[in-house]
Amino acid sequence: MKEHDVIVVGGGLAGLRAAWKVSDVADTAVISKIHPLRSHTGAAQGGIAASLGNATPDSWEEHMFDTVKGSDYLGDQDVIEVLVKEAPQTIFELEHLGVAFSRTEEGRIAQRAFGGHTKPRACYAADWTGHTLLHTVYEQCVPKTIKFYDEWFALSIAVQDGVCRGVVALEIPTGRIEAFRAKAVIITTGGYGRAFKITSNALANTGDGLNLTLGAGLPLEDVEFVQFHPTGLYRLGILLTEGARGEGGYLINGTGERFLEKYAAEKMELAPRDVISRAEQTEMDEGRGIDGKDFVYLDLRHLGAAKILERLPQTRDLAMSFVGVDPIKDPIPIQPTAHYSMGGIATTITGQVISDEKNTPVAGLYAAGECSCVSMHGANRLGTNSLLDAAMFGRRAADAAIEYLKRAKLMPFPEEVYESAKERVRTIRMANGQESAPKLRHELQETMTQKCGIFRDENRLNECLAKVQELQDRFNRIGIGDRSLAFNTEVIEALETQNMLEFSEIIVYGAIARKESRGAHWRVDYPKRDDQNWLKHTMAFKKDGKIELRYKDVTITKFPPKERGY
Amino acid sequence: MVVLRILRYDPAEDGRPAFREYEIDAIPGMTILDALIHIKENVDPSLTFRRSCRSAICGSCAVTANGKNLLACNTQLSDLKKKRIVLEPLPGFPILRDLAVDWGPFFDSYRAIKPYLITKSPSPEKERIQSQEIRKKYDDAAKCIMCSACTSSCPVIWTDGSYLGPAALTKVWRFVADDRDEATEERLALVNNEKGVWRCHTIFRCSDSCPKDIDTAGCLEFLRRMVVWYSLTGRV
Repeated sequence: MKEHDVIVVGGGLAGLRAAWKVSDVADTAVISKIHPLRSHTGAAQGGIAASLGNATPDSWEEHMFDTVKGSDYLGDQDVIEVLVKEAPQTIFELEHLGVAFSRTEEGRIAQRAFGGHTKPRACYAADWTGHTLLHTVYEQCVPKTIKFYDEWFALSIAVQDGVCRGVVALEIPTGRIEAFRAKAVIITTGGYGRAFKITSNALANTGDGLNLTLGAGLPLEDVEFVQFHPTGLYRLGILLTEGARGEGGYLINGTGERFLEKYAAEKMELAPRDVISRAEQTEMDEGRGIDGKDFVYLDLRHLGAAKILERLPQTRDLAMSFVGVDPIKDPIPIQPTAHYSMGGIATTITGQVISDEKNTPVAGLYAAGECSCVSMHGANRLGTNSLLDAAMFGRRAADAAIEYLKRAKLMPFPEEVYESAKERVRTIRMANGQESAPKLRHELQETMTQKCGIFRDENRLNECLAKVQELQDRFNRIGIGDRSLAFNTEVIEALETQNMLEFSEIIVYGAIARKESRGAHWRVDYPKRDDQNWLKHTMAFKKDGKIELRYKDVTITKFPPKERGY
Repeated sequence: MVVLRILRYDPAEDGRPAFREYEIDAIPGMTILDALIHIKENVDPSLTFRRSCRSAICGSCAVTANGKNLLACNTQLSDLKKKRIVLEPLPGFPILRDLAVDWGPFFDSYRAIKPYLITKSPSPEKERIQSQEIRKKYDDAAKCIMCSACTSSCPVIWTDGSYLGPAALTKVWRFVADDRDEATEERLALVNNEKGVWRCHTIFRCSDSCPKDIDTAGCLEFLRRMVVWYSLTGRV
């Protein structure tokens, strides 16, 4: 048994910010299934939002309204207000830590336009903003006293009598399983885009943190809201930044027209992601993809070589490496790609994990970043708000943990949590059934994309649910070929698949229940937003194999819901 | 059809690393990583390698293919222009299993050079002002994804593990070139020795192997010039 005051599970931006902060006052450890520098924060490209006003005058009130409207009024406005108010200070703090922001001619942090934002407020480092944020915050963790458990896979958390007592994790290089006793645990494991076939997410983004809390009987909030980003590379889903459109890129259909005129005449390519992804899908469904196929073009040619090379170098590299297209000379084939998980582990405004719709806190348990739902993104996140969310709420969760540590003590670790985690891994490692875990994963991804994607309806969602449940059942009969303990990635991948099968059922379940269209959740059979019945957060519990949905009010302070047009 | 000849090693089995061959149907556009995943899912589930973003930014999947260090995820099989492709773990590091190496020594060097911005004067209320020109100076170096392809390709590292290597030294340049950093002398002193810039033999394999096209040897050369200048002026 290992012991630390605080254990952070996940080494992306949110986790590192939490560890960086909390390690000043407490013995801190970070458990991450991949080396922290490999985290998917590094793939964020276009920017991080704050109303600095370096390009044009801006205010937190405008940032707040854009975010509320972008969320289709499902975001909690008290949370959004905190976020946008503290955003400039957060950016300055990150700059002071060494983030390599691009600069204006006056030497200030450069800002560009982004979808859904009415002002250019995306602070950027060319198109590798996430990379410099991740590396800088990790670098600043080096001189601190933080114990990094790199390549440890978290299996479960121990919560007993409303108090979190620690974590059980598997050391991937050796196969050893250990219990970690801690006063506080901060979960920052990232998103769940890998449940879908076409996704911008890393292979590691299997939403493992969601299962840590589900396994402890805790609820997930709003997980039916999954963002599809409009510009994924065709067939691969690899992200091309919205910054490409922020810099002036066009979206073109098979007849050569800028089709957004029909969907968002005012904002055009800078409408929010849900609006544009639906527009693309509609064009493709109606036969106006390129050559009638399921892709459209992102056209950057008119920006010119100099601008592309200076501001969008990675976008060009990705297009050249993966689809053989040089954006300076040719348009890039793109399609919508599962990108961001608006929902996740339910928390309060401080990052405290809650156990029910009445905000009952779980002592010593926190979550932040994409794995969590505080909820600031509501039904649809605006680009550049996620890096801000991760950077800010990672730190806020740490602040809350620091307060808690003043009165917390190490509690006994329940042996049965450790034993059942060990048993779970052993069962998988020794499994000798006929089913293939990778095949089940592919079937899951296929069905989630086909039936729980951009456009949803009751029939397809019901089929999807039945399929996910069938896959859960078949998972019990998988076979594993590799019995080794050391670096057994076949077992790790099977554990990830098992995690995805669990929370995917809840995504679909919540989507079936929500009979309205809001933000990224679009029901063709209920194509209107229904504030009367559905202006509320889904709180999903799974107990004894049964899902139960409850609901929680949305916090509305400054901006009452109104119709959302772009 | 392409034959992938992969160096396999399992620490649980006594014995030396050995090659195994896999013949696969190379569909157009297939990357080395796609091929590895294909083999793992359909032929041999025990094949072990690291991967995550599959878009050349996380730095997990650096391997040696036909003698050259590269990222598996952004290299298509057809790029290698061979019907036989030899895949090996990165040289210069201990093997954990198959293509997964122990990065311990690599990150030890990283930590040794103080890889973080050091400032001494108080932070301003807002951002520090930095010119576009200065920002450009360290642009390349700041893009490093720490995949270790450069360091592992360096013949000096193969014989002398105490050499800091190109990735760590490029990181030093990243901070020395950044005018917000206030520890230039300290940093140059750290590398003005036989483990630092003077151990580089300008073989250029590091620049040649960087998947992000960073001229690591060039960064090192800038660093050397600064060390000389600071030595001549009595600051190091």
